[in-house]
Amino acid sequence: MRSLRQSTPLAVTGKYLALAFYVGFALFPLYWLAKIAVTPDRLIYSEGTALIPSRFTFDNFRTVLLATDFLAYFRNSVIVSLGTAAITTCVAAMAGYAFSRFDFRGKRLVVALMLITQMFPLLMIIAPIYKIVAAVGLLNSLTSLIVVYTAFNIPFATFLMQSFFDGIPKDLEEAGMIDGCTRFQALRKIVLPLTLPGLGATLGFVFTAAWSELLFALMLINSNDTMTFPVGLLTFVSKFSVDWGQMMAAGVMALVPSCLFFIFIQRYLVQGLTSGAVKG
Amino acid sequence: MTAVERIAPGGTRARPSFYFRTMVEPYLYLSPAILLIALVMLVPLVIGISYAFQAVNLLRPFDTGWVGLANFRALWADNKFWLALTNTFWWTLGSIVFQFFLGLGLALILNTQFYGKRLVQALVFLPWAVPTFLSALTWAWLFNPTIGPLPHWLAALGVLSEPFNILGDPNLAMWGPITANVWFGVPFFAITLLAALQSIPGELYEAAEIDGATAWQMFTKITLPFLAPMIAITVMLRTIWIANFADLIFVMTGGGPANSTQILSTYIFTTAFRRLDFGYASAIAVALLGVLLLYAMILLVLRRKLVRI
Repeated sequence: MRSLRQSTPLAVTGKYLALAFYVGFALFPLYWLAKIAVTPDRLIYSEGTALIPSRFTFDNFRTVLLATDFLAYFRNSVIVSLGTAAITTCVAAMAGYAFSRFDFRGKRLVVALMLITQMFPLLMIIAPIYKIVAAVGLLNSLTSLIVVYTAFNIPFATFLMQSFFDGIPKDLEEAGMIDGCTRFQALRKIVLPLTLPGLGATLGFVFTAAWSELLFALMLINSNDTMTFPVGLLTFVSKFSVDWGQMMAAGVMALVPSCLFFIFIQRYLVQGLTSGAVKG
Repeated sequence: MTAVERIAPGGTRARPSFYFRTMVEPYLYLSPAILLIALVMLVPLVIGISYAFQAVNLLRPFDTGWVGLANFRALWADNKFWLALTNTFWWTLGSIVFQFFLGLGLALILNTQFYGKRLVQALVFLPWAVPTFLSALTWAWLFNPTIGPLPHWLAALGVLSEPFNILGDPNLAMWGPITANVWFGVPFFAITLLAALQSIPGELYEAAEIDGATAWQMFTKITLPFLAPMIAITVMLRTIWIANFADLIFVMTGGGPANSTQILSTYIFTTAFRRLDFGYASAIAVALLGVLLLYAMILLVLRRKLVRI
């Protein structure tokens, strides 16, 4: 809300206080996570509630990297999340383009179909999916996770992509088509380059969603070779129940990719939602 | 399709027919999405609903078959189900109210100009990127009475008589996951509401300013009506999402102590994967779906009455 009126000092102070509260609230748990990770094991209990540990150590990080299966879990999560994000973004870009540019028979039905998937409890399909995945012999495979996550993320990613396409004038690709390229060529050469921020935002959004999914990974994976990070970390809890420091160190390392991705995309996310259809 | 691929003698492409443009071409773009959704979500959904009327228990593999409404009759008599339903209500209400108001406040502030805005925006949105199991573990730690700071702070403030284990107290345990959920969910509301705020034309405020409107009048007469459609849709989707969201509770309390944090989603999960009773789990899921559909319908009717845009 841009105001012509000069804000009062009281209002300005209030605003900065509120901002400080939000930043503190958002960062405090993350700070605590990092604090535990660098606290030497023997101090974790005695200095549990101290804001700053009296000594720092990177032993926990070293142990996690060298003596546990952390790197394998990490690799599996990277494969699953990148695979899911890449496939979902391609599929959602095509679907979002169709929603944005075509008026076609059955459009309302397809939109309704996608909205329904947001409404029902995913837990409802947990048992059938388990049985289907088991029947086709894909239990404990990363492929099954990629396929399932891709399907889960398509509806929201499609609406997001549609709102980005809505922000790009139709004339551009029409001009291209008059110059002789097919619609698909126009999409690839003219429209997609313009919506790179949208593609990036969708990619990042789906990546973070897949990176943190727990329940389906817990259900479909129980072999150590194919465990994704969340499942691996949970077994960490039971296996090394005393070793909070190592777990938090693993957590800090797991946090890095999704947070970097997210900091990069959040601006485009707001932009994309502003321009288009998700306005409701 | 062949009609379009054929190149006319002059060397230019034939113009796509009306039929092609309205029936075939859009579906070429949509087919991968529709196919995946149908195979991975809709087919299992139908199977899942059918399970609710069958005996599907992996511990009794030979005792299967259609049982009609038997699962639902068992559900009606199941105290744990009613407790979980009540808990689902409080869990969802507590989470959504705090998430919404904090998210709205944040969006209103982020929509003004201030020093370091881009950095602040990136930081306050960060919790959304944190994997939920990790936030659950971190918050469980923060609530831990011996090594976590929160019980000590609350005791120092006089809210608690002594730093005891909040997650172990049946009367208070739900506040643990709710706090974690609020932390995690505020950014989503802030992002969507900020986007909606940015699409309000600035001239409206300038005109109101000239007419001498107060800040409160501008908020209630311009901002809120413009936000209303977005609020209705996000609150609805998020309520359904939170009601279905089991990760935080699953990791932080596992439904305990004494089922005091058992919500329907965690009950479904434990029934399916601890007791391996898929039939009963599906019956609970169908009941949850029914409650959510009822809620969505009420909200849509309310929206039509309240929002005149």
